[in-house]
Amino acid sequence: MESLMIVLVGILVSVGTYLVLSRNIIRVIVGTAILSHAVHLLILTVGGLKKGDVPLLSHSGGPFTDALPQALILTAIVISFAVTAFLLVLAYRTYVTNGSDDFQELRGMSDE
Amino acid sequence: MSNIIVLPLIIPIITAVILVFLREHIMLQRVISFLTMIFISIISFVLLEVVQTEGIIKIDFSGWLPPFGILFVADSFSLLLVLTASIVTSICLLYAFSTIGESHEKMFFYPFVLFLIAGVNGSFLTGDIFNLFVCFEVMLLASYVLVALGGEKVQLRESLKYVVINVVASWMFLVALAYLYGTVKTLNMAHIAERVAEVGQDPMLTTVAILFLVVFSLKAGLLLFFWLPGSYSVPPTAVQALFAALLTKVGIYALFRTFTLMFPLNPEVTHTLIGIMAGITLIAGCMGALSGRDIYTIATYNVIIGVGFILIGLAVGTEEAISGAIYYLIHDIIAKALLFLIVGMMVYLTGETVVKKMSGLIRNYPLFGWIYFLVMLALTGIPPFSGFVGKVLIGIGAIEGENFILLGIGFASSIIVLYSLLRIFLASFFGETIISLEDEKKIPKGALSSFVLLAIIIVFIGVGAESMSGYIDNATRTLMNPSIYIEAILKGGQ
Repeated sequence: MESLMIVLVGILVSVGTYLVLSRNIIRVIVGTAILSHAVHLLILTVGGLKKGDVPLLSHSGGPFTDALPQALILTAIVISFAVTAFLLVLAYRTYVTNGSDDFQELRGMSDE
Repeated sequence: MSNIIVLPLIIPIITAVILVFLREHIMLQRVISFLTMIFISIISFVLLEVVQTEGIIKIDFSGWLPPFGILFVADSFSLLLVLTASIVTSICLLYAFSTIGESHEKMFFYPFVLFLIAGVNGSFLTGDIFNLFVCFEVMLLASYVLVALGGEKVQLRESLKYVVINVVASWMFLVALAYLYGTVKTLNMAHIAERVAEVGQDPMLTTVAILFLVVFSLKAGLLLFFWLPGSYSVPPTAVQALFAALLTKVGIYALFRTFTLMFPLNPEVTHTLIGIMAGITLIAGCMGALSGRDIYTIATYNVIIGVGFILIGLAVGTEEAISGAIYYLIHDIIAKALLFLIVGMMVYLTGETVVKKMSGLIRNYPLFGWIYFLVMLALTGIPPFSGFVGKVLIGIGAIEGENFILLGIGFASSIIVLYSLLRIFLASFFGETIISLEDEKKIPKGALSSFVLLAIIIVFIGVGAESMSGYIDNATRTLMNPSIYIEAILKGGQ
């Protein structure tokens, strides 16, 4: 199961990287979102997939599954959600103000 | 007593939330945010004194003992940085009061500065590496807003790049965290250090360490600084000064923590790599500073040179070099803030950004001109000012560590810094004045007092380096002997 997950993470990372490298702003943002999904799965996988019971003392005597990765992912999801929302708004404003959603045209010269 | 460690994080957040509701009351916002920063400065100074006598203090949140819970740790190194950051922020706020403009103030400028400082202080104080990530994000999200606030064409364009690069960097931080957690199964920094020492730093762990190096280099502007000149030259002056003073320094702090505490065991690979990166950063930064024609470019590349110089200290890694790096770090926070404030004021006064088009400012504004001269000397490392001690100690360290190439590059860079800044001084401050008496804009009192305050601090650190040496020695001792830190966290009890 772990190997399968890692392959999935690999696919997601390659898709994300491809999108981040493109010139269109929206594609880049979608790319960062996919990258963050990939890393959440990675954290889940390296923490070890379900090995034991629910980590609640009253429910079972162990062995327990490590609950920490879930907590980490939850935090990371919230952060990436906030950042993506901000990024979308920023991209929209940039598009409206600069009149372009192409990074090539948004380069700008250093001495303008 | 140890509960007050959390105040430098929690007070700015609470105040920022309150300030959001006081949107229309600008005067009140100013007073509250300024008093908050002063209050945090006082708290961090008190904490610093406590740490001198009682050793490292920590707070385990909701009583979860390490390594299980999240904790805040206050040692001299982090407290010195919290103290400096808080003082510099209050002075930058003083500058912002008279220059930032009402539209910014009504668009929640002060709350976001406070969120930024909460993230910065949290990053300095946390003892848990995932919490470091969270504090980084708090800081970055506030900085995204501050870069874009104002919504001008060029601001939006540059901020978009800044945000995307930092999102990717944060993603890499998470990847590094995942691998680290997969290998050592813990996130508490002291516990990581202990586990790494137990198994020895094998190639797997060294790879993870290098991943962290890449992440923090992106944040610190070490080698991977391509994003920095663009995004640091677009926001309003007060924001620029805050960024130049604080943001890269948090990355440098993280590098120091990572490579003195958690991964110090394989210096042939990691510290050599840091050395090479620092060398290239210095050379590239110097080229940028020499080639720049407008003052923003020259100033931003000076930030990069500063980063490279501080990391020579870490790369060499002897006791002298580390304490030199701490001196220089503190100096750099203050001097870069002052440099950016002055540069911004020059642009405001003349309406020009190109060096050659400005001339004769010192005739209209003598005090302003001489303060620029002072910060130039300080950044170069001329004796009575703050840069001197740090440069000498890093130099001694590099000689001890027989790292003569870095030594040469480091001190050659000082000459370039002097040249690039002196060029501004000669072209823009000397010569015929271009501002007639009728057109002369007054420097706002708040701005002028912020220059004077920062200049006084620079002189004080330079002349009174002896009075700081106790704190810095303590900080160096903890960095050089990670066991002090580890024991204080894991064996300290409650």
